[in-house]
Amino acid sequence: MRRVVITGAGTVNALGLDVPSTMEAMREGRCGISELNFRDVDRLSIKIGGQIHDWNTENRFNRQQIALYDRFTQFALTAAKEAIEQSGLVFNGDLSAKSGVILGTSGGGLTTQDDNYRMVYEEGKNRVHPFVVPKLMNNASCSHVSMEYNLKGPSFTVATACASSNHAMGQAFNMVRCGMATAMVTGGSESMLCFGGVKAWEGLRVMSKDACRPFSLNRNGMVQGEGAAVFVFEDYEHAKARGADILCEVIGFAMTSDASDIVMPSKQGAARAILGAITDAKLNRDEVGYINAHGTGTAANDKTECAAVADVLGHHADKVMISSTKSMHGHLIGGTGAVELLACIMALKDGVIAPTINYEEPDPECALDVVPNTARDAKVDVVLSNAFAFGGLNAVIALRKAA
Amino acid sequence: MPSEIKTKVIEIIAEQAVLEPSDVREDQSLDDLGIDSLGLVECIFAIEEGFDISVPFNANEPTQSDFDISSVASIITAVQSLIAEQSR
Repeated sequence: MRRVVITGAGTVNALGLDVPSTMEAMREGRCGISELNFRDVDRLSIKIGGQIHDWNTENRFNRQQIALYDRFTQFALTAAKEAIEQSGLVFNGDLSAKSGVILGTSGGGLTTQDDNYRMVYEEGKNRVHPFVVPKLMNNASCSHVSMEYNLKGPSFTVATACASSNHAMGQAFNMVRCGMATAMVTGGSESMLCFGGVKAWEGLRVMSKDACRPFSLNRNGMVQGEGAAVFVFEDYEHAKARGADILCEVIGFAMTSDASDIVMPSKQGAARAILGAITDAKLNRDEVGYINAHGTGTAANDKTECAAVADVLGHHADKVMISSTKSMHGHLIGGTGAVELLACIMALKDGVIAPTINYEEPDPECALDVVPNTARDAKVDVVLSNAFAFGGLNAVIALRKAA
Repeated sequence: MPSEIKTKVIEIIAEQAVLEPSDVREDQSLDDLGIDSLGLVECIFAIEEGFDISVPFNANEPTQSDFDISSVASIITAVQSLIAEQSR
């Protein structure tokens, strides 16, 4: 079994259009959630989200690219560029053949679907642009990243709702670990902030109209976000041999299925995934210093997640720090685990724990150290990142500080 | 009109509970009828569509809402008052 390290990171999200600005916002506990701005927003009852307002597609991509790149592909390509440039890798020859792309998404090209359904159903047009299918397909972002960087190894897209990114990164980790790949470009991307994307979520009655307040007694639901984060996972020996800057090490991964309910989370399913990641990484439970929570800010998730963490960690649960950065960037659904991995890297590399902002009132059912409102300096060696999806599919990643 | 509202609300709840409307009693709670959180959200959707009203309800804080879901009778009363308010 090979050791796996992260040698590049990139992102675009409501907190920042690259990693340094995103981490700065996390350190400052800044909120990236704002009034939504897109067509027909006045017909929504939920009008807030972690939207990227200063994107400016035309300055980033040319006309031919825009015809093929849905917003979620644009996000993925931009994040991948930052990550791959930081890694310093150039994919040629054997390295190209042994490196691939695995990205998570839930909605794929949802904006493209929304625009084109509107055109044929609402506006009665009978003809659509020839690239609608290659633009909206869930694997479009993965394929464009592979084409742009000559990545010819195992490549595909994972869709497990809110756990998509963690499942994607877990696959990438295991491929490098077992020697199937030398480097993997992995993470996730989501662009669900369009009329149809938010309208669908409204229907479930779990969205907050004012703020995302994970673990706070007065929390009243989740807030959507958008964006991407992409990482380069690399064989440690390969990275060491070329003198690469190592951000942190990926040491464990586990996934479970609740097999119980399509929306209500199960404590047992979450706990099995958390324990599975700890076991896979060959850790003692008390080595875990920080957990990046799934922490959606819904009544159901937060208390179930805290109970699962308490069950697995026992007495150590009182000492571990656990925070939800969704309070700042919103819930990026299929891209969320990837953006949240940045908070894990920040904890390991910079010794700064990102806070759970908007925390107003303690909830006895979430009685853990949720790092309320203000970032904290703390030295941690091992962190976990939780993702628990609708459909009961759970995926937890374990990371260690670079040695 | 109030009795028509009552009949229709009971029909909606009965359908979610997979019961005959005659088997639904007004003192029963949704829990008594075996309706879970997803069933509740579906009931509210059916009520909104059936009466062309908007029901203020957030699944994260079901008891905080003005829309009282504690029993079949309370739901009927809440629907009646929403219809009166929103038809103004």
